[in-house]
Amino acid sequence: MNRAGHAGDGYARATGKPGVCIVTSGPGATNMVTPLATAQMDSIPLVCLSGQVATKVIGNDAFQEADVTGITRPCTKWNYLVKDVKDLAKTIKEAFHIARSGRPGPVLIDLPKDVSIGKTVFKEPDDVVLRSYNPTYVPNRKQLQKVVDLIKKAEKPVIFIGGGVILSRAHKELTELARKTNIPVTGTLMGLGGYPAPDPLWLGMLGMHGTYRANMSVSECDLMIAVGVRFDDRVTGKTDEFATNAKIVQIDIDPTSIQKNIQVDLPVVGDCKISLEILNQMIDQEEDMDDFASRHPDWLKRIDEWKRTTPLAYDQKDVIKPQFVIEKLYELTKGDAIITTEVGQNQMWTAQYYHFSEPGRFISSGGLGTMGFGLPAAVGAQAAMPGKTVVDIAGDGSIQMNIQEMATAIQYHLPVKIVILNNGFLGMVRQWQQLFYDKCYSSTKFQHTPDFVKLAEAYGAVGLRATKPEEVEKVLKEGLACDRAVIMDFRVEPEECVYPMVPAGAPISKMLLV
Amino acid sequence: MTKKHILSILVDNEPGVLSRIAGLFSGRGYNIESLCVAETAEPGESRITMVTAGDTLILEQIKKQLNKLINVIKVADMTDQDFVERELVLIKINAKAEHRAEILRIVDIFRAQVVDVSPEHYTISITGDADKITAIFSLLKPFGIREITRTGSIAMFREMKNKN
Repeated sequence: MNRAGHAGDGYARATGKPGVCIVTSGPGATNMVTPLATAQMDSIPLVCLSGQVATKVIGNDAFQEADVTGITRPCTKWNYLVKDVKDLAKTIKEAFHIARSGRPGPVLIDLPKDVSIGKTVFKEPDDVVLRSYNPTYVPNRKQLQKVVDLIKKAEKPVIFIGGGVILSRAHKELTELARKTNIPVTGTLMGLGGYPAPDPLWLGMLGMHGTYRANMSVSECDLMIAVGVRFDDRVTGKTDEFATNAKIVQIDIDPTSIQKNIQVDLPVVGDCKISLEILNQMIDQEEDMDDFASRHPDWLKRIDEWKRTTPLAYDQKDVIKPQFVIEKLYELTKGDAIITTEVGQNQMWTAQYYHFSEPGRFISSGGLGTMGFGLPAAVGAQAAMPGKTVVDIAGDGSIQMNIQEMATAIQYHLPVKIVILNNGFLGMVRQWQQLFYDKCYSSTKFQHTPDFVKLAEAYGAVGLRATKPEEVEKVLKEGLACDRAVIMDFRVEPEECVYPMVPAGAPISKMLLV
Repeated sequence: MTKKHILSILVDNEPGVLSRIAGLFSGRGYNIESLCVAETAEPGESRITMVTAGDTLILEQIKKQLNKLINVIKVADMTDQDFVERELVLIKINAKAEHRAEILRIVDIFRAQVVDVSPEHYTISITGDADKITAIFSLLKPFGIREITRTGSIAMFREMKNKN
C-alpha cells in the first residue's frame, strides 16, 4: 500500500505536477506514513486520499479505524478530515493549492465512508484564499542587489544548489547565472539535474560522498550562493567547519530553512526561479558586466587541479564494478533516461557516475532515505512519461523492500528497467561496518537472496544476468531494448565502497579517498 | 543564551490546531513552559499565549515554524517589549489557627483573596505577573502548600503612552 504513495511521488518528481494516491482506511492509511514522510522531507507535492470509517463511528475503535489525521500530522504539509460531503470540493481544491504552492509538500485528505459515497451538487469552488498562508515568491530586491555586490567582490565564489532549484524548475535561470558570472556550481543529491553535469563549471555533488573538488571548493570558497538548499547534515559535515571563509547567501522560499543549521550572512526569501531571474537582470544592468565571465581564473584553475589530481575513480578488473555498470548505463542511454534509485550505495554511485542535465531525471529519496522507494517511483514516473526510458538502480537489499510492485508494472504494461547491483550485502551499512566498526558485519550479509532472473520471470517480466565485466554492455543493451519490465541482475564486487567518504561529523574537507 | 519568551499566537479556531502546535514543539525538541488558550472577540479565532525558552537562534526557528503552520495567523514575541502580563493562581495552604492572621496579612499585602476556607486550610486566589507569583509562593511556603493550580501567563502589548 505504501507503494501507491511512492508511485504518486515518482509521478510528481518526473513531471513537476502533484502526484495523487488513494488508500483504504486503517492499515491502508497507516502504510502511507512512509511515503508521506518521504515526500515531506523532499518537499514533493503529493495529495493522498485515505478512506476512513463513517463519521458516526469515528472515535469508537471501529473496524479498520485509525486516527489518520493525527498519525500523519507531523509528516504532511497539511491534512484534512472531511466531515460533510458539501465541504469536499473546496477541500480538494485547497489541498492541491497547498501541496504545490510555496515549498511544496504532501497533503492528506481523510474521507469517511459516508462522505465518499455521499451525494451533493458540485459547485466549482472559489479561488483558494488562505489569509494565514501566503508564501513569498518575489524576493526583496535590495537583498538581491547585495548579492550582486558580493559577486563583484568575490574571488573564490561557488554556487550551491539543492532540491529547490529542481522543484521550481529554475535550471535555466541558474545555468544563465553560473555561465554569465563564471561561477562553478555544486549541488546536493536533491539538486542533481539543476545544472547540466557535463558542463565544465559543474563540480559534482557535495557532501558525505561528494567529489573531492566540490568539497574542497566549498571548504575554501569566499562566497557561497546557496539556492534552494536546507544545509542537511549529509552535506555540511561538521557545521563549525563548513565554508568558514565564505560569505553565505541563501535563497529559499521557506524562511525556516534559513538560519536553521548554518549561520547565513545574507538571507533572501523567495522562489528560486523568480529570484534568479531578477538576479540575472540585475547583473545584466551592471556596467562592468562584460568582464564577469572572465573573472577569477586562478580559482577555476585551482578547481581544475583538484579535478585532475583527485577525480572519481575505480579500478575495473575481473569482477564487475558497480560504478562501471552505471557509467555504461549513462553511455547507452546518452544521459537521457529517467533514473530512480533505492537508498544506499546504489544511490550514491548513481549520483556520482550518472550525469544529470535536467530536473525530473534523477528521482531518489534524499531526506528520509527510504529503501524500497525506487521501484514504485519508477512505476509512477513511467506512467507519467510513457515514451521515456525509466530505470530503477537498486541494490539486492533494497529491491526486495517493494519487489511486489513488479506485478503492477506488468499489469499496467509499464516497461520499467531494473538494474540490480547485486553484491550480496546491505552495502552501505556494510561499508560503515568495514570502515568504522572493525569489519563487524552484523546483519548485513545476505545468507540467502532470491534468483532475480527467475523472480522476474515469475512475475511475467524479463530477467537478465551479467557475471563478468564483458557481459555488462550486452545485458544493458538487451534490457534497455526490452518493451516489457525487466530485471538486470549484475553480480558486482561484494565489498566495494563508495568513495570519497566523509565520516559522519567530520568536516567535508577531510575525506577518505580510497 | 537561553532566555524566557512570551509568545502571543493568533490561530484559526479549528480542530487539531493545538495538536499541531504541541506536535511542532515536541517533534523539534522545543520547550513549552506554559500554555493558555481561549477564544478572542473575533469568531473563529483563538489566542494562544505561550511561555517558551531558548537562545536567539532557537527562538527564531520557533517563530518561523509557527508561522509556517497554515492555521497560525500571527505570531508576536512580547519579550523585550512593553507588555502587561497576568497569571491567575489558586493556592491551597495549611492554615492552622495560630497562622491565620499572618496568612491574611500576606494575602492583604499582595491584594490576593481567600476564596475558600475550612478549619485546617485556606484557598487563596491571586493574580499577577511572574515576579509577584514567585514572591507570594516563597512567603506562603513555610505554612505548607497543599496544592497549586495555575492558568499560565497571558499577556498583552501596552498601548504607546507617548506617541511622539
